[in-house]
Amino acid sequence: MNPTPPRPAELESAPQTVRLQGVGFGYADTPGVLRDVNLILPRGSFHFLTGPSGAGKSSLLRLLTLSERPTHGEIHLFGDDVTHASRRDIPALRRRMGVVFQDFRLLEHLSVFENVALPLRLAGRRTEDYAANIEEMLQWVGLGHRLHAFPRALSGGEKQRLAIARAVIGKPRLILADEPTGSVDKGMGVRLLHLFQSLNKLGATVLIASHDEALAERSGASILRLDKGRLVEGAA
Amino acid sequence: MKRFLRQPRPALLPRDAGGERWLCVVVAVLCFLACLAAVGVASADRAAHGWTRQLRAEATVQVRPRVGETGAAAAARAAETLAGIDGVTEAEAMDRKTAEDLLRPWLGEAVLPDLPLPHLVIVRLDRDTPASAPTLSRALAEAGLDASVDDHSLWRGEVERAATLITLLAGAAFALIALAAGAAVAYATRAGLAAQRGVIETLSLNGASDRAISALFQRRYGLLAAAAGAIGAVGAALLIVFMRGLGGSEGLTPALPIAWRDLILLSPCPLLAATVAVISAHLSAMRALAAPRRDRDQ
Repeated sequence: MNPTPPRPAELESAPQTVRLQGVGFGYADTPGVLRDVNLILPRGSFHFLTGPSGAGKSSLLRLLTLSERPTHGEIHLFGDDVTHASRRDIPALRRRMGVVFQDFRLLEHLSVFENVALPLRLAGRRTEDYAANIEEMLQWVGLGHRLHAFPRALSGGEKQRLAIARAVIGKPRLILADEPTGSVDKGMGVRLLHLFQSLNKLGATVLIASHDEALAERSGASILRLDKGRLVEGAA
Repeated sequence: MKRFLRQPRPALLPRDAGGERWLCVVVAVLCFLACLAAVGVASADRAAHGWTRQLRAEATVQVRPRVGETGAAAAARAAETLAGIDGVTEAEAMDRKTAEDLLRPWLGEAVLPDLPLPHLVIVRLDRDTPASAPTLSRALAEAGLDASVDDHSLWRGEVERAATLITLLAGAAFALIALAAGAAVAYATRAGLAAQRGVIETLSLNGASDRAISALFQRRYGLLAAAAGAIGAVGAALLIVFMRGLGGSEGLTPALPIAWRDLILLSPCPLLAATVAVISAHLSAMRALAAPRRDRDQ
């Protein structure tokens, strides 16, 4: 965890996991979803991305997962310019990220174990190589007893923890989470925040998009604030 | 943990998305029809060759008796003359009763006794080195017989053309059915992609390449088409066995004779169906995945 926001000079000199430079984004019918966003996330830093609904938080995350292309500006991930990364190069970049979706995006036909194993399986790893790691991870997020359950049998909080376990099982260098506490009670929200802080302590760069400003303030993390597509606080 | 090591890993694509059961039924029916069309091509080809071989192996000689000679005697003399020629295996004069039997279905009983019938000799030719019509005519002339030889060349040409047309039509039907099977699989793949967009996005965001996602669809639809192809081929085989058993080597009609070896034609059906499905699935999946995301979202 990085409780104190680093100063701009420190940001410039530190190894950067994410750098956005003059990034703009919009759709044909809704231009200006993001406007001239400049942002640096140093390696191992912890950030909250806040702002009202429609401010562009989810769009920014979609740009970082390379699900969308910016209309202008540059996106650098892990030190490389990926603004125009080819579809062939994207999977390798995504394997270095862990993404927690607001709607969990769990595969309903796979068990808890298989859902967590997904990134490893897609990376070509064999079950015997990762089975123990998954059990350990699920113990860590409090789902050790639900290995064989299917997502439909889980509560909202359990689903959220399962989604987080899947996002971090591959030891990603960048963790992106979209409203990870949106569907859980306050106690669970704090517990999940501690989970992200633990992952951050292990070296991952964490960016959490959340409209829960109180939670962001309480976390002590660097706060980036978006409003009407502009980064009004925490810009590089 | 041992449980996970023992069990095969579950499929990444959920079962029966995009109406796979119905696709299986449609592909099985199309494969069934394609198998029948393939056997139809073989039968038509066999029938055509049979007809032309039969026509080529026979000639008909019409004998006109000279004054003082009966028609039957002239025909018998012609048969005797022709039987001794190289390239002729048998020559037989057709008696009046046999000729009447042939005409009875067309003309009825009443007029036959008064009808003047030509005196014919049926000549069976050697299949490998048949005697030509001029050779037969020359031998008859040398024997002092007034006769004309019909080697069926006119009919043979017509039959060959008709048989070629039937074979081509059956081939075209086979090609169209195979195309329809491919189109059905391609459509189902696209429907499957649309139905599983959420799953595909999750796989993609967890690091799956387009090629890996496409491979999932290729495997799914390839296996499905192979199973459907096997069902269609077995169905067609049962029908063919039934027809062969019911009608013997001529099947239900001499126009489309069936041989046991025709069943071999059905054996590649599952493999062909799977190949068509894999190619269709690959093309459809790669095209859909390469499409701009916003287009897919719309």
